Formats: sequence, C-alpha cells, structure tokens
Amino acid sequence: MESFDNFWAIYSNLVLTIGINGLLALSIYLTLSCGLLAMANAAFMGIGAYTASLLIMNAGAPFGVALLGGMAAPTLVALVIGAPTLRLSGVYLAMATLGFGEVVRVAILNAESWTGGALGLNGIPQSTQWWHVVGALVLVLLVLWRLRRSRIGRAFEAIKEDGVAASLMGIGVLSHKMLAFALGAAIAGLAGALNAHLTFFIGPSEFGFDRGVDILTMAILGGTGGLTGPVLGAAIITLLPELLRSLKDFRTMVNGIILVVIVLFLPRGLWDPLRFRQWWARRKAVGASGEKR
Amino acid sequence: MLEQQLVNALSLGSVYALFALGFTLIFGVLGVINLSHGAVFMLGAYAALQAVLKLHMPLWAALIAALLFSGVVGMLIDVLVLRPLRKRNAPHLIPMIATIGIGIFFNSAVQGLFSADNQRFPSDLLPDQQVYFWGVQVSVLEIAIIVLSFALMGALFFVMNRTQIGRALRAIAESPKAAALLGINVEGLFLLTSFTAAALGGVAGVLIALYSNAVFPLMGQPILHKGIAVIILGGMGDIRGALVGAMFLGFAEVLSVAYIGSTMRDAVGFGLLFLVLLLRPQGLFGKVLERKA
Repeated sequence: MESFDNFWAIYSNLVLTIGINGLLALSIYLTLSCGLLAMANAAFMGIGAYTASLLIMNAGAPFGVALLGGMAAPTLVALVIGAPTLRLSGVYLAMATLGFGEVVRVAILNAESWTGGALGLNGIPQSTQWWHVVGALVLVLLVLWRLRRSRIGRAFEAIKEDGVAASLMGIGVLSHKMLAFALGAAIAGLAGALNAHLTFFIGPSEFGFDRGVDILTMAILGGTGGLTGPVLGAAIITLLPELLRSLKDFRTMVNGIILVVIVLFLPRGLWDPLRFRQWWARRKAVGASGEKR
Repeated sequence: MLEQQLVNALSLGSVYALFALGFTLIFGVLGVINLSHGAVFMLGAYAALQAVLKLHMPLWAALIAALLFSGVVGMLIDVLVLRPLRKRNAPHLIPMIATIGIGIFFNSAVQGLFSADNQRFPSDLLPDQQVYFWGVQVSVLEIAIIVLSFALMGALFFVMNRTQIGRALRAIAESPKAAALLGINVEGLFLLTSFTAAALGGVAGVLIALYSNAVFPLMGQPILHKGIAVIILGGMGDIRGALVGAMFLGFAEVLSVAYIGSTMRDAVGFGLLFLVLLLRPQGLFGKVLERKA
C-alpha cells in the first residue's frame, strides 16, 4: 500500500490527465462518428474551463454547479455557431471550426477584466478528486455506449456514410449533426472544467490550435471506430512525453512522426477490432494448414 | 499619419497574401488543407538565414535559395505523404491530419537543431534607407516586400488565367479524374502545385523574418492561423479571395493597432472572421459545395 501511495503522490496528476484527455478524445470521437470534422473541441474545453472557474471564483458556486455550468456554456455556444457552420461539409467545416477556435482564444485574451487576459486565471481551487474524473469518464462512456446502440447512434452512422441517402431515409440530418456537435461540446466543456480544477491555472494559449490538434491526434491514433480507441489514444499521447524524456528537444518530433505513420499505415488507428479479427483468422488458417501437413 | 499606416498595412497584407495564396492553391488544386504550410514558411526563413550566415550569400541569392529549398520540401511532402494517401483514396480529413504531423515534425526538428531562441539576420545586411513619397516615409525593405509580393502574385495570376498550365490546373480543381481522362498529367501538376505553393510560403517566411527581424521555430504558427482566417474570409480555394482577404486582414490589424490599441490587433481580424463564419461561412467569394445526389 505504501508503494501505491508513493506512486499516487508522484503520478496522480498524470493518471487524472489521462482520464481528462480521454474525455476530450471521446468528445471529438462523437462528432467524427457523425461524419463531422469539427476542430472546435479545444475552444469548447476553454469555454468550459473559464465558465467553471469564474463560477467558483467570482460567484462562489459549489463545485457541482460549476461543472454543470462548464458543460452548459459550451453547449449553448455550440448551438449558436452550429446552425450556420454545420451546413458546411468536410474540410470546409474543419476550417470554419479552426477559425472559431482562434476567435475564442482571442476573445479570452481580450476580455481581460474577466479572464485575466494573457496572464490567465490563477489560484483556481483544486477541487477535482480522482473519483470526479473516473465518474465523468464512466458516465460519458456509458452514455456514448448507449447512444451508439440507439436509433440516434445508427442515424449518426448513416449520416457519416452518406448524408444525402440518410436524409432520403427520413433522418433529420442537420438536427442530428447539431446533437452530436452540442453533446461533444458538453463533454469537452466538462473535461475543461475538471482540468482547470486539477491544474489550478488556466490561460488562453492552453486552448488554442495545438490543443485542438492534440485532441484530434489522440482520437485518430487510437482509432475512431469505437469507444476504446479514443481512450487508448489519449493514454498513449499523455504518457508519451514522460516516456521520451531522454529525447529532450526532439521529443515532440516523435508525436509528429507517429501521426504521419499512423495515417499512412494504420488509417483505422491502433484499436481496430476488424484487423484483430483478420489476424486471428489468418493465424487460425495457418495453424490449420500446418496440421494438415 | 494615416498614409504611413496604410503603407505598413500594404506591406503586411502583401506578405499575408503571399502566404495565403500558397495555402489556397494547395486547397484548390489538391483539395488538402495543408496545415504544414506554417512550418514550410518557417523553413524558408531558416534556409535564408543559414544561407546568409553559413554560406555568406547576398540577400537576393539567399531569397532564391529559400524559395528553392521550401519548394523542394513541398514536393517531398507531396511525394512521400500526400501521394500515397491519394492512391488509397483516403477521405479529406486524413491528408489534413498527416500535414499536422508534418508540421509538428518540422517545428520540433528545427527547435532541436537551432534551439528555440530568436535569431536575427546580421544588421548590416538589411537595407535601412528611407524613401519619401509625397511626405510618406517608406523604407526600402517595405518597398521591396510590396514589389516582390505583387510580382510573384502577378506571375501566379498570369499562369492561372492565361496559360495552358493554368487551364489544366483549373480543370484538375474541378475534377482530377476527368482531367486525367482528358490527358492532363495530373500527378505532375500536383507536384508543380506543391512546389509553387511551398515556394511562395517560404518566400513569405523570409520576408516576414526580414520585416520583423526575428526567426524562431514556431514563427509559422501565428501566420498559419492567419492564413486560415484569410482563406475563410476570402472563400476557400479562391485565389482572388485569398488576395482580398489577406489585404483586409493586414489593414484591419495595422489600423486597429494604430487607432484602437495593440491588444485589439487580433481581436478585430478574428472578430470579423467570426461574423463571416456566422453570416456567410462559405466566405466572401466562396460557394457552398453541395453534392447533388
């Protein structure tokens, strides 16, 4: 038990960060599962983080209310910007949401009296406990798992495969896209609120382009075919810098190489049940033919 | 004072335009959002700096060296990463993610090789004469930047609109498959486009490095975000739009610094971007591409 205490004292932040990054990866998985390449998750995370922190620091709200506020604010913003932007498809949507991310960053930077501008918010109470993160992750996984098997989840898949065909089947394409976008924003906001109360400092540069790219990398690395992939990807991307300490300045270079290699050679990500099944089948086939001889 | 600011805005806007043209060219012809364009911009600046410091080239030769170097980097990106993805017929999102990885790779490789410190061109290299036009003081450097940018842009417009190559490129932009059936060497032109776009980006990098006299590994990131803003403002894949959007952003930035305050520099540009996103997400010149069944 003592060794565990030691481990926890050193690595608790890292472990909880894995959980929070898992939430972020799941938030982008949700929009991707509906065929939307929306890159606004870092911005939604920032909105959630700032809303929750300000609710606690300025309004003296309890932590639970702050978390709810941190989920509600990005959801509202998603509903507002979703209406015009979700009409765009493919890369056009990616660009528009990237642009929106920059808008949010600049807005946080300039609303100095609220957000502290470039200096960020300091001294946020460290209210996030390990069971908050675990609870949030389990809850989100449960909701998404149910959603996948529901009518809505199948509608998402139909829209992802072919939007026009889906609309001809009577699926409300825009409303489903809106749902995925807003729900993703809520999850990202929750992750942001939890993260802010773990690291007790937030600044505008944390929620910029690089964070958005990180979130996308986690999901793509793990694989976006199911719920396991994004969480696995989040764990790897979070642990990687710790494992690669010896490379110093070249450390992030490995992230870049991984991203390119994954995209080129494992387009479905690391966690790909279909590939596992194929390997399994092949091994069996080889085994069987060996016996015949 | 206004005239002075207008000259500043014109030189800033023309460098933005040079950068955004490469960005929009890749998007228009290859259909890829090339998020490594910022890194190529940075590589151009470093190439020129090394040519000056290590090889003792004069500035004009260093500029040409940077143009060729970044152009070749662009071709390598196309051959090594984008072409295999095209062969596989990967969805749009995939090449964009690959270019994110390439950008991270270059940024951190340069950081590892040359350190994160800010480097400068030797001060005796930069022309520091001032010229007066109707009482407006203009530095030779600014004139050179404006003239060079417009010359390169003019050449690009001429090629796109008046030559056989430009006609072929526009055909590819409509449909690469149809263009190939018409006997157009599609792969060859993709390579040429990659070279041209990256070369323009590299030259823009050198010009910004001279203008602000600062070369550092992450110098490409802010301009990448601006490039995204510019091509959203102007309409994606539209060359005219990129020019107008870049000038607009240059003027908005310089005039807001001069008359509202330096903290509002990005707020005005990106506030405008936000409005465009809400009201006309396809950009000022763009069309919404909708698939007709």
